[in-house]
Amino acid sequence: MAKIIVVTSGKGGVGKTTTSAALSTGLAMQGYRTVVVDFDIGLRNLDLVLGCERRVVYDFINVINGEAALHQALIKDKHTDNLFILPASQTRDKDALTPEGVAEVLEALSREFDYIICDSPAGIERGALMALYHADEAIITTNPEVSSVRDSDRILGILHSKSKRAELNLEPIREHLLLTRYDPARVVRGDMLSVEDVSDILAIPLLGVIPEDPAVLKASNQGTPVIHLADSDAGSAYDDAVRRLLGQDCPMRFLNTPRKGLFQRLFGGQS
Amino acid sequence: MSLLEVFRSKQKKNEHNSAAIARERLQIIVTHERAGNNTPDYIPSMKQDILEVVRKYVSVSEEHVSITFESQKDVSILELNVTLPENCSVGAP
Ligand SMILES: Nc1ncnc2c1ncn2[C@@H]1O[C@H](COP(=O)(O)OP(=O)(O)OP(=O)(O)O)[C@@H](O)[C@H]1O
Ligand SMILES: [Mg+2]
Repeated sequence: MAKIIVVTSGKGGVGKTTTSAALSTGLAMQGYRTVVVDFDIGLRNLDLVLGCERRVVYDFINVINGEAALHQALIKDKHTDNLFILPASQTRDKDALTPEGVAEVLEALSREFDYIICDSPAGIERGALMALYHADEAIITTNPEVSSVRDSDRILGILHSKSKRAELNLEPIREHLLLTRYDPARVVRGDMLSVEDVSDILAIPLLGVIPEDPAVLKASNQGTPVIHLADSDAGSAYDDAVRRLLGQDCPMRFLNTPRKGLFQRLFGGQS
Repeated sequence: MSLLEVFRSKQKKNEHNSAAIARERLQIIVTHERAGNNTPDYIPSMKQDILEVVRKYVSVSEEHVSITFESQKDVSILELNVTLPENCSVGAP
Protein backbone atom coordinates (compact mmCIF):
# COMPACT_ATOMS: atom_id res chain seq x y z
CA MET A 1 0.00 0.00 0.00
CA ALA A 2 1.39 3.34 -1.05
CA LYS A 3 1.42 6.44 1.08
CA ILE A 4 -0.51 9.21 -0.69
CA ILE A 5 0.87 12.72 -0.22
CA VAL A 6 -0.85 15.81 -1.61
CA VAL A 7 1.11 18.99 -2.30
CA THR A 8 -1.45 21.76 -1.92
CA SER A 9 -1.76 25.47 -1.09
CA GLY A 10 -4.98 27.15 -2.14
CA LYS A 11 -3.09 30.07 -3.62
CA GLY A 12 -1.54 29.77 -7.07
CA GLY A 13 2.09 30.09 -8.00
CA VAL A 14 3.55 29.41 -4.57
CA GLY A 15 5.69 26.45 -5.64
CA LYS A 16 3.51 23.32 -5.55
CA THR A 17 4.76 21.91 -8.84
CA THR A 18 8.39 22.76 -8.02
CA THR A 19 7.89 21.00 -4.68
CA SER A 20 6.10 17.96 -6.14
CA ALA A 21 8.93 17.46 -8.63
CA ALA A 22 11.65 17.89 -6.01
CA LEU A 23 10.10 15.70 -3.31
CA SER A 24 9.12 12.88 -5.65
CA THR A 25 12.62 12.88 -7.12
CA GLY A 26 14.11 12.92 -3.63
CA LEU A 27 11.99 9.99 -2.46
CA ALA A 28 12.90 8.02 -5.58
CA MET A 29 16.60 8.76 -5.02
CA GLN A 30 16.22 7.29 -1.53
CA GLY A 31 15.09 4.08 -3.18
CA TYR A 32 11.31 4.34 -2.84
CA ARG A 33 9.16 3.50 -5.84
CA THR A 34 7.47 6.84 -6.42
CA VAL A 35 4.87 8.18 -8.82
CA VAL A 36 3.98 11.83 -9.13
CA VAL A 37 0.50 12.61 -10.44
CA ASP A 38 -0.39 15.95 -12.06
CA PHE A 39 -3.94 16.98 -11.04
CA ASP A 40 -3.73 20.34 -12.80
CA ILE A 41 -6.10 19.44 -15.63
CA GLY A 42 -5.89 21.85 -18.54
CA LEU A 43 -2.63 23.40 -17.34
CA ARG A 44 -0.12 20.60 -17.51
CA ASN A 45 3.22 21.80 -16.06
CA LEU A 46 4.78 19.01 -14.09
CA ASP A 47 6.04 17.31 -17.28
CA LEU A 48 8.00 20.47 -18.13
CA VAL A 49 9.54 20.80 -14.68
CA LEU A 50 10.61 17.16 -14.83
CA GLY A 51 11.78 17.47 -18.43
CA CYS A 52 9.62 14.70 -19.91
CA GLU A 53 7.15 16.84 -21.89
CA ARG A 54 8.06 15.29 -25.22
CA ARG A 55 7.40 11.78 -24.00
CA VAL A 56 3.77 12.34 -23.01
CA VAL A 57 1.49 10.11 -25.09
CA TYR A 58 -1.44 9.35 -22.85
CA ASP A 59 -2.55 11.13 -19.70
CA PHE A 60 -4.56 10.81 -16.48
CA ILE A 61 -7.92 11.49 -18.21
CA ASN A 62 -7.20 8.95 -20.96
CA VAL A 63 -6.73 6.35 -18.24
CA ILE A 64 -9.92 7.37 -16.42
CA ASN A 65 -11.88 7.22 -19.69
CA GLY A 66 -10.46 3.79 -20.50
CA GLU A 67 -8.68 5.08 -23.62
CA ALA A 68 -5.32 3.91 -22.35
CA ALA A 69 -4.05 1.46 -19.79
CA LEU A 70 -2.34 2.89 -16.72
CA HIS A 71 1.07 1.46 -17.67
CA GLN A 72 0.79 3.12 -21.10
CA ALA A 73 0.28 6.54 -19.57
CA LEU A 74 2.97 6.28 -16.89
CA ILE A 75 6.27 7.85 -17.95
CA LYS A 76 9.46 6.46 -16.50
CA ASP A 77 11.80 9.27 -15.56
CA LYS A 78 15.09 9.13 -17.47
CA HIS A 79 17.25 10.77 -14.82
CA THR A 80 15.97 9.12 -11.67
CA ASP A 81 15.42 5.43 -11.09
CA ASN A 82 12.18 4.47 -9.31
CA LEU A 83 10.41 7.63 -10.48
CA PHE A 84 7.29 7.66 -12.67
CA ILE A 85 5.06 10.50 -13.83
CA LEU A 86 1.36 10.44 -14.60
CA PRO A 87 0.80 13.61 -16.64
CA ALA A 88 -2.32 15.75 -16.56
CA SER A 89 -4.48 16.14 -19.60
CA GLN A 90 -4.68 19.32 -21.63
CA THR A 91 -8.44 18.94 -21.96
CA ARG A 92 -10.50 21.89 -20.90
CA ASP A 93 -13.24 19.68 -19.51
CA LYS A 94 -12.46 19.58 -15.79
CA ASP A 95 -15.42 17.29 -15.09
CA ALA A 96 -13.45 14.55 -16.80
CA LEU A 97 -11.74 14.05 -13.45
CA THR A 98 -14.44 11.91 -11.83
CA PRO A 99 -14.28 10.81 -8.18
CA GLU A 100 -14.66 7.16 -9.20
CA GLY A 101 -11.98 7.47 -11.87
CA VAL A 102 -9.51 9.11 -9.51
CA ALA A 103 -10.19 6.50 -6.82
CA GLU A 104 -9.60 3.66 -9.27
CA VAL A 105 -6.35 5.06 -10.63
CA LEU A 106 -4.96 5.81 -7.17
CA GLU A 107 -5.91 2.34 -6.01
CA ALA A 108 -4.10 0.75 -8.94
CA LEU A 109 -1.02 2.93 -8.36
CA SER A 110 -1.17 2.13 -4.68
CA ARG A 111 -0.50 -1.53 -5.40
CA GLU A 112 2.71 -0.81 -7.29
CA PHE A 113 4.30 2.17 -5.56
CA ASP A 114 5.58 3.19 -2.13
CA TYR A 115 4.72 6.86 -2.55
CA ILE A 116 2.11 8.68 -4.62
CA ILE A 117 2.69 12.44 -4.77
CA CYS A 118 -0.34 14.44 -5.94
CA ASP A 119 0.47 17.86 -7.43
CA SER A 120 -2.67 19.91 -6.75
CA PRO A 121 -3.90 22.76 -8.90
CA ALA A 122 -4.46 26.13 -7.22
CA GLY A 123 -7.86 27.05 -5.82
CA ILE A 124 -10.43 25.09 -3.87
CA GLU A 125 -12.40 23.74 -6.83
CA ARG A 126 -12.87 20.25 -8.16
CA GLY A 127 -9.26 19.56 -9.17
CA ALA A 128 -7.87 20.64 -5.80
CA LEU A 129 -10.53 18.65 -3.93
CA MET A 130 -9.78 15.54 -5.99
CA ALA A 131 -6.05 15.89 -5.36
CA LEU A 132 -6.46 16.06 -1.58
CA TYR A 133 -9.38 13.67 -1.11
CA HIS A 134 -7.37 10.43 -0.79
CA ALA A 135 -4.35 11.90 0.99
CA ASP A 136 -2.64 10.30 3.97
CA GLU A 137 -0.34 13.28 4.34
CA ALA A 138 -0.50 16.87 3.09
CA ILE A 139 2.29 19.29 2.33
CA ILE A 140 0.90 22.78 2.78
CA THR A 141 3.08 24.84 0.47
CA THR A 142 3.09 28.42 1.72
CA ASN A 143 4.90 31.65 0.89
CA PRO A 144 5.68 34.12 3.69
CA GLU A 145 2.99 36.48 2.49
CA VAL A 146 -0.50 37.31 3.82
CA SER A 147 -2.72 35.91 1.08
CA SER A 148 -0.76 32.69 0.84
CA VAL A 149 -0.95 32.08 4.60
CA ARG A 150 -4.66 32.80 4.66
CA ASP A 151 -5.31 30.43 1.75
CA SER A 152 -3.22 27.74 3.43
CA ASP A 153 -5.44 28.04 6.48
CA ARG A 154 -8.51 27.59 4.31
CA ILE A 155 -7.00 24.50 2.73
CA LEU A 156 -6.37 23.11 6.22
CA GLY A 157 -10.08 23.62 6.95
CA ILE A 158 -10.94 21.70 3.79
CA LEU A 159 -8.59 18.85 4.71
CA HIS A 160 -10.41 18.66 8.05
CA SER A 161 -13.87 18.53 6.49
CA LYS A 162 -13.81 17.29 2.91
CA SER A 163 -11.08 14.66 2.71
CA LYS A 164 -11.80 10.95 2.75
CA ARG A 165 -10.17 10.59 6.15
CA ALA A 166 -12.43 13.35 7.53
CA GLU A 167 -15.57 11.97 5.92
CA LEU A 168 -14.98 8.42 7.14
CA ASN A 169 -13.81 9.58 10.57
CA LEU A 170 -10.43 7.91 10.13
CA GLU A 171 -7.18 9.09 11.63
CA PRO A 172 -6.70 12.67 10.35
CA ILE A 173 -4.36 13.56 7.50
CA ARG A 174 -0.81 14.24 8.68
CA GLU A 175 -0.11 17.88 7.86
CA HIS A 176 3.25 19.48 7.13
CA LEU A 177 4.09 23.11 6.57
CA LEU A 178 6.58 23.79 3.79
CA LEU A 179 7.54 27.44 3.67
CA THR A 180 8.92 28.30 0.24
CA ARG A 181 10.51 31.36 -1.40
CA TYR A 182 11.84 32.43 2.00
CA ASP A 183 14.19 35.40 2.07
CA PRO A 184 15.99 35.69 5.44
CA ALA A 185 17.42 39.12 4.59
CA ARG A 186 13.93 40.55 4.16
CA VAL A 187 12.78 38.86 7.37
CA VAL A 188 15.62 40.55 9.25
CA ARG A 189 14.64 43.88 7.74
CA GLY A 190 11.11 43.32 8.98
CA ASP A 191 9.36 43.26 5.65
CA MET A 192 8.69 39.56 5.37
CA LEU A 193 6.82 37.24 7.74
CA SER A 194 9.25 34.98 9.59
CA VAL A 195 9.11 31.20 9.75
CA GLU A 196 7.96 31.53 13.39
CA ASP A 197 5.16 33.91 12.39
CA VAL A 198 3.81 31.53 9.76
CA SER A 199 4.11 28.38 11.83
CA ASP A 200 2.46 30.13 14.80
CA ILE A 201 -0.52 31.16 12.70
CA LEU A 202 -1.01 27.89 10.85
CA ALA A 203 -0.10 25.77 13.88
CA ILE A 204 1.10 22.69 12.02
CA PRO A 205 4.53 21.02 12.16
CA LEU A 206 7.23 22.52 9.95
CA LEU A 207 8.65 20.19 7.31
CA GLY A 208 11.09 22.65 5.86
CA VAL A 209 11.99 26.10 4.64
CA ILE A 210 12.98 26.52 1.00
CA PRO A 211 14.85 29.76 0.34
CA GLU A 212 14.16 32.03 -2.60
CA ASP A 213 16.81 30.84 -5.05
CA PRO A 214 17.56 31.63 -8.71
CA ALA A 215 18.54 27.95 -9.07
CA VAL A 216 14.81 27.09 -9.15
CA LEU A 217 14.32 28.99 -12.39
CA LYS A 218 17.53 27.60 -13.82
CA ALA A 219 16.39 24.08 -12.99
CA SER A 220 12.97 24.51 -14.55
CA ASN A 221 14.52 26.06 -17.67
CA GLN A 222 16.48 22.84 -18.09
CA GLY A 223 13.69 20.48 -17.11
CA THR A 224 15.63 19.15 -14.12
CA PRO A 225 14.06 19.11 -10.66
CA VAL A 226 16.03 21.52 -8.48
CA ILE A 227 16.90 18.78 -6.01
CA HIS A 228 19.35 17.49 -8.66
CA LEU A 229 21.27 20.78 -8.38
CA ALA A 230 22.85 19.48 -5.23
CA ASP A 231 24.97 22.50 -4.43
CA SER A 232 22.10 24.96 -4.71
CA ASP A 233 20.42 26.22 -1.53
CA ALA A 234 16.90 25.31 -2.68
CA GLY A 235 18.06 21.86 -3.81
CA SER A 236 19.73 21.15 -0.46
CA ALA A 237 16.68 22.45 1.43
CA TYR A 238 14.41 20.10 -0.54
CA ASP A 239 16.82 17.25 0.15
CA ASP A 240 16.56 17.98 3.89
CA ALA A 241 12.76 18.10 3.62
CA VAL A 242 12.72 14.63 2.04
CA ARG A 243 14.81 13.28 4.90
CA ARG A 244 12.46 14.81 7.47
CA LEU A 245 9.48 13.36 5.62
CA LEU A 246 11.14 9.97 6.04
CA GLY A 247 11.47 10.59 9.76
CA GLN A 248 15.13 11.60 9.94
CA ASP A 249 16.20 14.34 12.27
CA CYS A 250 17.70 17.12 10.25
CA PRO A 251 18.30 20.67 11.51
CA MET A 252 16.77 23.58 9.56
CA ARG A 253 19.15 25.45 7.29
CA PHE A 254 19.01 28.68 5.28
CA LEU A 255 17.06 30.51 7.99
CA ASN A 256 19.69 33.19 8.48
CA THR A 257 21.55 35.61 6.30
CA PRO A 258 25.32 35.37 6.30
CA ARG A 259 26.62 37.43 9.23
CA LYS A 260 27.27 41.04 8.39
CA GLY A 261 30.12 43.16 9.74
CA LEU A 262 29.46 45.86 12.30
CA PHE A 263 29.71 48.60 9.71
CA GLN A 264 27.09 47.00 7.52
CA ARG A 265 24.81 46.35 10.45
CA LEU A 266 24.89 49.99 11.41
CA PHE A 267 24.72 51.74 8.11
CA GLY A 268 23.97 49.22 5.37
CA GLY A 269 21.31 46.68 4.85
CA GLN A 270 18.35 49.06 4.95
CA SER A 271 17.98 49.57 1.23
CA MET B 1 23.72 60.69 17.42
CA SER B 2 25.51 58.24 19.66
CA LEU B 3 26.02 54.64 18.64
CA LEU B 4 23.48 53.57 21.22
CA GLU B 5 20.89 55.84 19.68
CA VAL B 6 21.50 54.37 16.25
CA PHE B 7 20.71 50.95 17.68
CA ARG B 8 17.66 52.25 19.51
CA SER B 9 16.16 54.02 16.53
CA LYS B 10 16.64 50.89 14.48
CA GLN B 11 14.89 48.82 17.09
CA LYS B 12 11.99 51.21 17.23
CA LYS B 13 11.53 51.04 13.51
CA ASN B 14 11.34 47.28 13.76
CA GLU B 15 8.33 47.47 16.02
CA HIS B 16 6.37 49.12 13.26
CA ASN B 17 7.64 47.05 10.40
CA SER B 18 5.31 45.69 7.78
CA ALA B 19 5.87 42.05 8.73
CA ALA B 20 4.52 42.78 12.21
CA ILE B 21 1.43 44.37 10.67
CA ALA B 22 1.01 41.38 8.39
CA ARG B 23 1.21 39.01 11.36
CA GLU B 24 -1.40 40.94 13.28
CA ARG B 25 -3.82 41.15 10.37
CA LEU B 26 -3.41 37.45 9.66
CA GLN B 27 -4.00 36.44 13.26
CA ILE B 28 -7.28 38.34 13.28
CA ILE B 29 -8.60 37.19 9.91
CA VAL B 30 -7.58 33.57 10.39
CA THR B 31 -9.21 33.35 13.81
CA HIS B 32 -12.35 34.93 12.40
CA GLU B 33 -12.48 32.62 9.39
CA ARG B 34 -11.85 29.51 11.44
CA ALA B 35 -14.84 30.38 13.62
CA GLY B 36 -17.06 30.93 10.60
CA ASN B 37 -15.84 27.94 8.66
CA ASN B 38 -18.58 25.47 9.48
CA THR B 39 -21.35 28.02 9.78
CA PRO B 40 -24.27 26.90 7.62
CA ASP B 41 -25.13 29.12 4.64
CA TYR B 42 -28.64 29.90 5.92
CA ILE B 43 -27.43 31.79 9.01
CA PRO B 44 -27.39 35.33 7.50
CA SER B 45 -30.92 35.08 6.12
CA MET B 46 -32.18 33.42 9.29
CA LYS B 47 -30.70 36.32 11.20
CA GLN B 48 -32.72 38.76 9.07
CA ASP B 49 -35.94 36.80 9.70
CA ILE B 50 -35.36 36.70 13.43
CA LEU B 51 -34.62 40.39 13.45
CA GLU B 52 -37.95 41.09 11.77
CA VAL B 53 -39.86 39.01 14.28
CA VAL B 54 -38.18 40.72 17.22
CA ARG B 55 -38.87 44.11 15.67
CA LYS B 56 -42.59 43.41 15.70
CA TYR B 57 -42.38 43.80 19.47
CA VAL B 58 -39.36 45.93 20.29
CA SER B 59 -37.28 48.21 18.22
CA VAL B 60 -33.79 46.80 18.01
CA SER B 61 -31.10 47.40 15.48
CA GLU B 62 -28.99 44.84 13.73
CA GLU B 63 -26.03 45.11 16.06
CA HIS B 64 -28.22 44.14 19.01
CA VAL B 65 -28.79 40.70 17.61
CA SER B 66 -25.90 38.30 17.48
CA ILE B 67 -25.99 34.77 16.22
CA THR B 68 -23.14 32.38 16.74
CA PHE B 69 -22.85 28.88 15.48
CA GLU B 70 -20.43 26.44 17.01
CA SER B 71 -20.04 22.83 16.17
CA GLN B 72 -17.99 20.14 17.76
CA LYS B 73 -17.88 16.47 17.00
CA ASP B 74 -21.44 15.45 17.83
CA VAL B 75 -23.18 18.68 18.85
CA SER B 76 -23.84 21.97 17.19
CA ILE B 77 -24.89 24.97 19.22
CA LEU B 78 -26.83 27.83 17.73
CA GLU B 79 -26.76 30.77 20.07
CA LEU B 80 -29.09 33.71 19.61
CA ASN B 81 -28.45 36.80 21.64
CA VAL B 82 -30.76 39.80 21.58
CA THR B 83 -29.79 42.79 23.66
CA LEU B 84 -32.97 44.65 24.48
CA PRO B 85 -32.69 48.42 24.61
CA GLU B 86 -32.88 49.99 28.08
CA ASN B 87 -36.30 50.97 29.48
CA CYS B 88 -38.27 48.85 27.09
CA SER B 89 -41.20 47.40 28.90
CA VAL B 90 -41.78 43.80 27.95
CA GLY B 91 -45.13 43.22 26.27
CA ALA B 92 -45.56 46.73 24.96
CA PRO B 93 -45.53 46.81 21.16
N1 LIG C 1 12.28 28.64 -3.90
C1 LIG C 1 12.03 29.35 -5.05
N2 LIG C 1 12.90 30.31 -5.43
C2 LIG C 1 12.67 31.01 -6.56
N3 LIG C 1 11.63 30.81 -7.38
C3 LIG C 1 10.74 29.86 -7.07
C4 LIG C 1 10.89 29.08 -5.88
N4 LIG C 1 9.85 28.20 -5.81
C5 LIG C 1 9.10 28.43 -6.90
N5 LIG C 1 9.61 29.41 -7.67
C6 LIG C 1 9.08 29.94 -8.94
O1 LIG C 1 7.74 30.31 -8.75
C7 LIG C 1 6.96 30.03 -9.89
C8 LIG C 1 5.76 29.19 -9.52
O2 LIG C 1 6.20 27.91 -9.10
P1 LIG C 1 5.30 26.61 -9.31
O3 LIG C 1 4.89 26.47 -10.73
O4 LIG C 1 6.02 25.48 -8.67
O5 LIG C 1 4.04 27.02 -8.44
P2 LIG C 1 2.62 26.29 -8.35
O6 LIG C 1 2.16 26.47 -6.95
O7 LIG C 1 2.71 24.91 -8.86
O8 LIG C 1 1.76 27.18 -9.35
P3 LIG C 1 0.24 26.84 -9.84
O9 LIG C 1 -0.65 27.23 -8.71
O10 LIG C 1 0.07 27.70 -11.05
O11 LIG C 1 0.19 25.38 -10.15
C9 LIG C 1 7.87 29.36 -10.90
O12 LIG C 1 8.30 30.31 -11.83
C10 LIG C 1 9.03 28.88 -10.04
O13 LIG C 1 10.23 28.86 -10.79
MG1 LIG D 1 1.51 23.87 -10.34
